[in-house]
Amino acid sequence: MENEAGALSRVAGLFSARGYNIESLTVAPTEDSTLSRMTLVTVGSDDVVEQITKQLNKLIDVVKIIDLSDGDHIECELMLVKVRAIGKDRKEIKSTADIFHGRIVDVTDKSYTIELTGTGSKLDAFLETMERKSILETVRTGASGIGRGERILKI
Amino acid sequence: MDTKELTGAEITIRCLQEEAVDFIFGYPGGAVLFIYDELFKQDKVKHILVRHEQAAVHAADGYARSGNKAGVALVTSGPGVTNAITGIATAYMDSIPMVIISGQVPTPAIGLDAFQEVDTVGITRPCVKHNFLVKDITELATTIKKAFYICATGRPGPVLVDIPKDVSQEKTKFTYPSNVVMRSYNPTSKGHPGQLKKAMQLILGSKRPMIYTGGGVILSNAAAQLTSLVQMLNFPCTNTLMGLGGYPATDKQFVGMLGMHGTYEANMAMQQCDVLIAIGARFDDRVIGNPKHFFNKDRKIIHIDIDPSSISKRVKVDVPIVGNVSHVLIELIKLLETSKEKTNQTALKSWWKQINQWRERDCLKYDRKSPIIKPQMVVEKLYKITKGNAFITSDVGQHQMWAAQFYKFDKPRRWINSGGLGTMGFGLPAAMGVQFANPKGVVACITGEASIQMCIQELSTCKQYNLPLKIINLNNRYMGMVRQWQEFFHGNRYAESYVDALPNFVKLAESYGHVGMKIEQPSDIESALKEAFGLKNRLVFMDFITDQTENVFPMVPGGKGLSEMILV
Ligand SMILES: Cc1ncc(C[n+]2csc(CCOP(=O)(O)OP(=O)(O)O)c2C)c(N)n1
Repeated sequence: MENEAGALSRVAGLFSARGYNIESLTVAPTEDSTLSRMTLVTVGSDDVVEQITKQLNKLIDVVKIIDLSDGDHIECELMLVKVRAIGKDRKEIKSTADIFHGRIVDVTDKSYTIELTGTGSKLDAFLETMERKSILETVRTGASGIGRGERILKI
Repeated sequence: MDTKELTGAEITIRCLQEEAVDFIFGYPGGAVLFIYDELFKQDKVKHILVRHEQAAVHAADGYARSGNKAGVALVTSGPGVTNAITGIATAYMDSIPMVIISGQVPTPAIGLDAFQEVDTVGITRPCVKHNFLVKDITELATTIKKAFYICATGRPGPVLVDIPKDVSQEKTKFTYPSNVVMRSYNPTSKGHPGQLKKAMQLILGSKRPMIYTGGGVILSNAAAQLTSLVQMLNFPCTNTLMGLGGYPATDKQFVGMLGMHGTYEANMAMQQCDVLIAIGARFDDRVIGNPKHFFNKDRKIIHIDIDPSSISKRVKVDVPIVGNVSHVLIELIKLLETSKEKTNQTALKSWWKQINQWRERDCLKYDRKSPIIKPQMVVEKLYKITKGNAFITSDVGQHQMWAAQFYKFDKPRRWINSGGLGTMGFGLPAAMGVQFANPKGVVACITGEASIQMCIQELSTCKQYNLPLKIINLNNRYMGMVRQWQEFFHGNRYAESYVDALPNFVKLAESYGHVGMKIEQPSDIESALKEAFGLKNRLVFMDFITDQTENVFPMVPGGKGLSEMILV
């Protein structure tokens, strides 16, 4: 969409006005600074998704939309998790993080902050392996998506 | 520098001149004073001073609907904008092309809760086609150009341009772009040829066809094309409340308006047809009722509309055609003319027989001998006296439905009402706009004693500009439509629907400098109307004291299907 002030609020406003659901939303400028790329995750029946697509297309700031789930695509999300890490737990957490290809990006004598990327379900799985009480804080970006191979969204 | 620099205010007015805007409806205030100053210095764009910003927008709206040209309104920041919202939402719901220019507090003050600051772009976002806040004077002219372009193309709608006071004061060089290119906005106009062929096949194969058309036919100026299509096919045609005048109401192929207060024959034909051709209409809840009840597995639907999001929104259709109604109809007519196959005449004959049987039900009958004035009779007589040639605006309620049922609109852009939002208070200011767009036209506003009081202050504007409107007040001392629902669905408990402490409308009209008339006898209706319409240069406020108990029939109760009508 156009990298204009208010463009994001038009999208968000449309979803709340029409009772659609936003699971997650990420947006940032692209290599062309006049354009922003947004990945929005929503759920709904085919009819609802069709309406959402049509309604979004009507927004003047929206340049082009594709439904990534119509074809092969890559989905990726970034998560930062701060966990309590004391004594023998430290080693265990480190090795779990390794299994998930996570990186420990900050360390104190009581905690680790782990950076993880991947699909939403991979991040969920990681959180499930952590003991609930050891999780101090999580922050997730929501998914960014891109088509596989020659499937290109370009203006 | 050789070329002269202009202020933002001058640029704004120059843009309006470039767009050949002749009237702008507005109300001044601090944030727009520079713009008013520039208006003062020229005379190409005439400013019409209303008495409330809601009326400015409704007037611009009436101007646009009747004049086929974008309306323009000008309001100040804060309360000027909030007062305008009802008008903007009204125009949005009915897809009316309009540009609203609003003043904003100076850019450095934005966000600081400055005096008369509101987040105009935020507040209006859900009820405009698009809006802009102009923070940089070098973008002002292009933005105004875009506003005029966006509001009138594709599915039309209001576009707002918010101009901070400092931007109206700063200077820059002025060039008005001759066109705009927007990579994110390219409305389709031509229908898909493959889809058109499919539509033609369905049309030719139909046994019980029905043509259902809405405001899109009016907005795209497709009444002539529609009329050719309907007549070449000999199919029945119905119009929505927004579509009246799209097909001549006096023609025998017209089966009346459809919907909640549509005719028996139109609603039955909608329900029982085997091929439905929907043109510039959107299967709104007031039109088809409950979609589940509307569903009919034996019916195929062709839907022609400029807005893809209107297609398969409430009702799944079989052949969608996205495009400008007027273009699509021209193509469709061409296809049909060159087709070797013809429509099924025998089937059509028995379908018409069925429709004529439904017609015999005479669903709009009312007691013509009543000693108390029946509102329907007033509208019928109004039709007679004006020879069906008046521009009719209305407010919202029973009177609106009677106007739609009993005034036969043969031409488009003659019936001006708030269909989508249903805004009481629309009628009078809209009529002002209609009169400005059609200085020689006869303009009447059919209203009710509750609705008229929502913008009654505009009688003063009418005096100032000598607008010879005729106000037909169907005075039943009730918010009649509310009373009717209370009678039908709330056990006759008339909670707060009695309109008490009414003013003396005759004196009220007189105190604004107009002519007032009160009519209480059915036998006086015609002579009073003649007298009023004879006063060609005066606004006449006609207060008709009507039957309080009259209801609008037929009626499809909310949540029911089209064939489940309550009949007289
Ligand atoms: C601004 C606004 N407020 C409330 C309503 C709800 N409403 C619809 S019809 C109606 C009554 C209108 O009464 P009146 O103008 O006297 O017309 P009548 O139905 O009696 O012909 C009301 C209150 C509305 N449509 N618009």
